[in-house]
Amino acid sequence: MKLTKQQEEMLGGKYSEGTATALKIQIAVGESFGAERLVPITRAHVALSNQDADLWFAEKLLKAGAKCKIPPTVNPGFCLSYFQKVTTISEEDASLMQRTHEAYKALGAVLTYSCTPYLGGNIPRFGEIVAFSESSATPYVNSVWGARSNRESAQSALCAAITGLVPEYGLLTDENRQGDILVEVQAEMKSDFEYQLLGYMGKKIGNGVPVFTGLPKYVTPEAHMNLGAQLNTSGAYGLYHIVGVTPEAQTLEAAFGGKEPKRRVTITDEDLQGILQEISEEGARKIDFAMFGCPHFTISQVQEIAKILAGKKLKSEMWILTSSYTKELAERMGLLEVINNAGGHIVEDTCPDQPCWHHLKGKLGVTESPKCAYYPKRRGLSFVIRDLRTCVEAALKGEVE
Amino acid sequence: MSEKTFKCHKISEGATEGEVLISQDDIMFYLIDPKTGIVIEKGHSLEGKSVAGKILVFPSGKGSSVVQADGMYQLAKNNNSPKAMIIKYPETVLVATAIIMETPMVDRVDEEFYETVKDGDVISLDADAGKIVLKKRV
Repeated sequence: MKLTKQQEEMLGGKYSEGTATALKIQIAVGESFGAERLVPITRAHVALSNQDADLWFAEKLLKAGAKCKIPPTVNPGFCLSYFQKVTTISEEDASLMQRTHEAYKALGAVLTYSCTPYLGGNIPRFGEIVAFSESSATPYVNSVWGARSNRESAQSALCAAITGLVPEYGLLTDENRQGDILVEVQAEMKSDFEYQLLGYMGKKIGNGVPVFTGLPKYVTPEAHMNLGAQLNTSGAYGLYHIVGVTPEAQTLEAAFGGKEPKRRVTITDEDLQGILQEISEEGARKIDFAMFGCPHFTISQVQEIAKILAGKKLKSEMWILTSSYTKELAERMGLLEVINNAGGHIVEDTCPDQPCWHHLKGKLGVTESPKCAYYPKRRGLSFVIRDLRTCVEAALKGEVE
Repeated sequence: MSEKTFKCHKISEGATEGEVLISQDDIMFYLIDPKTGIVIEKGHSLEGKSVAGKILVFPSGKGSSVVQADGMYQLAKNNNSPKAMIIKYPETVLVATAIIMETPMVDRVDEEFYETVKDGDVISLDADAGKIVLKKRV
């Protein structure tokens, strides 16, 4: 890879050993993809995870003197002050969260603790070169906003925030942004929930940039969030196109750059029902809790829940995870009160795959997000997956269809 | 048998020798039990098998941009890491994780390698030299 004089100096340790380490990692990644140079970024989002590896790497760079040149927004950990009030947090888990907080603060991150920075706080413009990690965030900034980011890992995004650079390859080039796979959707997309299942078809869709046809003219922001989050649970997708919807796919020809698709896939109602059966625990039984907000729920999703809960009492626990901004809005708008009166909670800064859910270990929940059901398996939580309304009604009855 | 040599392309540096384990499916290291190295993902082609100490041959990585690293980190802490990885489709999350965790990784292996190699075969892999040698057949 060709480096400028300033980049050579950075690699030589002029700006700190930590910055040099970050650049060294980026050069190794870039060279494995055949990148010829490094280009500057203007935004970054680091998928902080408050796990051992995350903390180990952040502290390693920090101790070696690294600072973020481009202050990145960050993903949720868990809201320590909140959970210390409502449940028991072990000293070890509290210390992990505290140290993660201190490390990212010292690195100079913007402590948003939200996995939906693309809806507010960190929105790139069309064509802007950025480094975004996080399942739904990378495809959202690429596909919906037309910015250019590779599917960074949490660590490679942190390296980019520190150096202010990324190697130029992959989705940063015109050619690699063209579609590979034509995905003809014949399934009926009745609500945002069907996009969760469509996203979970990664195994059938295969490797490459998918181009979806047959979707409605208006695809909600929530549907895009769901599609991207699940595509990156069932597979690895930095970018998708929806013909007539996303900016680089106004026509089918534009989406494929005038070339023929390398693969064609059809998705039917049976495919979506089949995948739901495969990934969901069996229904028709009692549940212990409901969990929403993977990715963080928007204010309109909170409104939808509040509308169903108004004046009623929940039989099961309900946890709705949002950004601090959405929670603040919910409070102002009286939605938090409605949900609290029903016995539900809105929690900011938190993710389902965190140690704060220890009290739900071995219990059965409902969620509308396959991603929410997938990762916390390692922590002993299991889920029945249903659409949002069915989940909320299940939490009212304490039993799922 | 005579040793057979294949060309490959370095992603993450290092050299090692060990038994091959082939996965038809992409891999998410978080859904592997760090205490045993056994894949716990439902329906995965390696479900119930251990990746510990193996040279893993698989198409690509999948899933979240954060937990891939934690999955490999926990395996390393418990001495259950794979020795090396041979992949077909490099993607940034997996590539960056292998580099950071200092696990040798290569891609662009001769097609003949895939036609020849079987679970349990012993190979040596030198990422820096871009060379894989098939040493012992099962």
